[in-house]
Amino acid sequence: MADKISFTLNDKPVTLEIDGDRTLLWVLRTDLGLTGTKYGCGEGLCGACTVLVDNEAMPSCQLKVKDVAGSKVTTIEGLEKGGNLHPIQKAFVDHDALQCGFCTPGMIMKAHSLLTENPDAARSDIIESMEGNLCRCGAHPRILDAIESAAKVMKRG
Amino acid sequence: MKHDQLGNIKKNYIITAIDHDRRDFLKKMGLLGGGIMVYCTIGNPLKSYAQPGPGAPPDFNAFVRIGTDERVTCFIGKVDMGQGTITSFPQIVAEELDVAYDTVDMIMGDTDKCPWDIGTGGSMAIRILGVQVRAAAAEAKGVIKELAAEYLKCPVKDLQTKNGVVFDKKDPGKKVTYGALTQGKAIEKHLDSKPPVTSPSDFKYIGKPYFHQDAYVKVTGRAKYAGDIRLPEMLYAGVLRPPAHGAKLKSVDLSEAKKIEGVHVIQDADLVAVLHDNPEISRIALSKIKAEYDLPKTGLNNKNIYDHLLKVQVAPQVKDRKGDIGEGIKLARETFEETYVSAYVAHAPMETHTSLANIENGKVTVWASTQSPFAVQRTVAEGLKIPGDRVRVITPFVGGAFGGKLTMVTDSNLEALEAAKLARLTGRPVQVSFTRAEEFFYDTFRPAAIVKIKSGIDGSGNVVFWNYDVYMAGDRCAEVIYNIPNTKVNVFGSWMMPPPDSHPFRVGPWRAPGGPNNIHARELHMSIMAAKAGIDPLEFRLKNLKDEKMIGVLKAAADKFGYTPSRPVSGRGYGISCGIDANTYNAHIGEVEVDKKTGEIRLKRIVCVYDMGLCVNPEGTGIQMEGCCVMSMGYALTEGIEFSNGSVLDKNFDTYEIPHFSWVPKIETIILKRDDAPPQGAGEPAIIGMGAVIATGVFDATGAKLFEMPMTPERVKAALSKV
Repeated sequence: MADKISFTLNDKPVTLEIDGDRTLLWVLRTDLGLTGTKYGCGEGLCGACTVLVDNEAMPSCQLKVKDVAGSKVTTIEGLEKGGNLHPIQKAFVDHDALQCGFCTPGMIMKAHSLLTENPDAARSDIIESMEGNLCRCGAHPRILDAIESAAKVMKRG
Repeated sequence: MKHDQLGNIKKNYIITAIDHDRRDFLKKMGLLGGGIMVYCTIGNPLKSYAQPGPGAPPDFNAFVRIGTDERVTCFIGKVDMGQGTITSFPQIVAEELDVAYDTVDMIMGDTDKCPWDIGTGGSMAIRILGVQVRAAAAEAKGVIKELAAEYLKCPVKDLQTKNGVVFDKKDPGKKVTYGALTQGKAIEKHLDSKPPVTSPSDFKYIGKPYFHQDAYVKVTGRAKYAGDIRLPEMLYAGVLRPPAHGAKLKSVDLSEAKKIEGVHVIQDADLVAVLHDNPEISRIALSKIKAEYDLPKTGLNNKNIYDHLLKVQVAPQVKDRKGDIGEGIKLARETFEETYVSAYVAHAPMETHTSLANIENGKVTVWASTQSPFAVQRTVAEGLKIPGDRVRVITPFVGGAFGGKLTMVTDSNLEALEAAKLARLTGRPVQVSFTRAEEFFYDTFRPAAIVKIKSGIDGSGNVVFWNYDVYMAGDRCAEVIYNIPNTKVNVFGSWMMPPPDSHPFRVGPWRAPGGPNNIHARELHMSIMAAKAGIDPLEFRLKNLKDEKMIGVLKAAADKFGYTPSRPVSGRGYGISCGIDANTYNAHIGEVEVDKKTGEIRLKRIVCVYDMGLCVNPEGTGIQMEGCCVMSMGYALTEGIEFSNGSVLDKNFDTYEIPHFSWVPKIETIILKRDDAPPQGAGEPAIIGMGAVIATGVFDATGAKLFEMPMTPERVKAALSKV
């Protein structure tokens, strides 16, 4: 049953002896102790479990762990570098772009993927890209402001 | 030397007859290491709801501790589920104690550490508890100055405080820190007098914008919610759920589930569960259980429910009876009679109900995603038949709640009791976390509601009578705010105490319970009357209002919006609503666009105004207002639970659509400055008027009357066809 699966997780190599059909979300949350990635719906409908797989945002509840073998996986815990928040994280703080915070990691990962692919994303691009990420508290206006502002900071480098 | 001095001072303050329970309680507060604690007992309106639960002294409800390490801790039984009181309470404490904001720590929703609390809801945290905490902190500063007077050998009147230091105004070198004064001794003092609180002109922290102090842990994924707590040997449970409310389990076959390696299968009366140290395997095991049920045949569904609810016999509570409706009818030039309905609505927080229970030495600890930790404590204690003080409930970060994780006394958080029972049966820590389908199934929905209004206007556009019947929503926002000579309000049933055999599942409080239903009906009805009178809907409201505060919020909204009067129906799509919730006056003016072909409504712009008295944190309140505006678009446009014969047909966000980014309008919020008035509610009031502002906007755009929420494209098209 157990497969040997290796991938890069938050810049560090990981090798798991694991049933490759297990869901990435739960492997992250239990075996690997990375609970920043959240369960919201289990069907890829809410975005709370979004992680980056080779820099692309994916719902980890819809991925098997074998799907990421050999890939570079980044979770919310992997964005802060040397005590410095990633510009998107910082923008969320600076725009007070959250309330309960449960959707926040998924929002930030999704925005990361968008701005990596399209550094010039306009507000309409941001809205389109973020459409599948749900927030029940209604932090949407500030989340959009935060992502727009992070885009500018990231472009400046 | 210092200790001796304080030893002497101590006698002046410590309460000599501390009973055993309180001594035990002080120990838990960490006061054995020294410190000053002040707690308050002033006016506890919460007690009228219910008796305090077990495990906490019943005579106080908030307190502040000043530690020897110069840190200040505020203990309250409320929880922060995103609404931001973890940020605003420290503003209050820092202000009145005169300490730096970042030296204040909050301990919230821990039943072993915090005084009993009714639960977090009703926009009550600041307007009730905040006032008490403010007084307690002011008292604490008074105590500190008295201690300092003896320590510095200087009259109290010569002492001044600044950032946690007391000094002699005449000789600023003579000073002592708060922490030094508390060194080594525990000093306890009741709040039995009311020293003045800081005057608004001297505010350093209150009224200033503060961002969420928990933002850093939330953007880094470090914030721990109930489902993120890990304990050694913990098991994840999958619990067998019925397919419908009212279904009776006939038979269950666990043999296939038992074959799975490492799975614990539990059958204890009605509780059937499979547990494993891997949550995925517990779900697989659950799917192997074969269960047969007797299914209910209520015949009730989301289409015929309104007829059913009208048939439920219940005597009304009569409110706002004034004048005589018969006389009003005689005065009327035009009369109106309309019925408004609104569907069951889910809370749908992003974090589903989750609890982790652990039992050690006979004490149960539950980490619960709840708004009511003390009700969970009681629920678990009663369910396990153990004393309340053997249960501790800890509330970690809560991922949204909106009333869905709130009960007043008991029967709270089903999953917490299940986790505790399973922990006892397996001898291991157990997590029960709802799937999204379970969350929809067990939600305490906002009840479907009906409002029937009969009214009339005279030849000058004055409303002359108002006969208002509301079914199931309750009386919140059902009051007559307009200046009408002949009125009667009949409240049939309420969300809190629905009549027997009314709803096919549990219902409960949903953000400003009843408000959205009542305001939708009242304000659309006002716009319909205005149109008949040929008077601009804003002018019609102002003409029929006498309450200056309500006139004030409407005018403030109109100014910001740039509203100009026009003969109705203007075609511009301007919607208006106003109301009072949690004592906060609020008004919305917005602009909608209607696609007549598809029936789709788009809200382009919204202005929202609060007159809420003192606003402790304008930033946090602004976020709450924005959040309400966005969240309400769901109940207004798409959200309505579909069900049939006790089955909840909506199981996830594919069929139950909540607001998306593309829906978000331009939102402008205004908080009127009223620093001298007591603070009122912030978290809910902006939710009440959004259904109304959209309905009145569509009416102003097209003349279509949307009597039913949610206002789906099909209903819009149907209403357009009747124009």
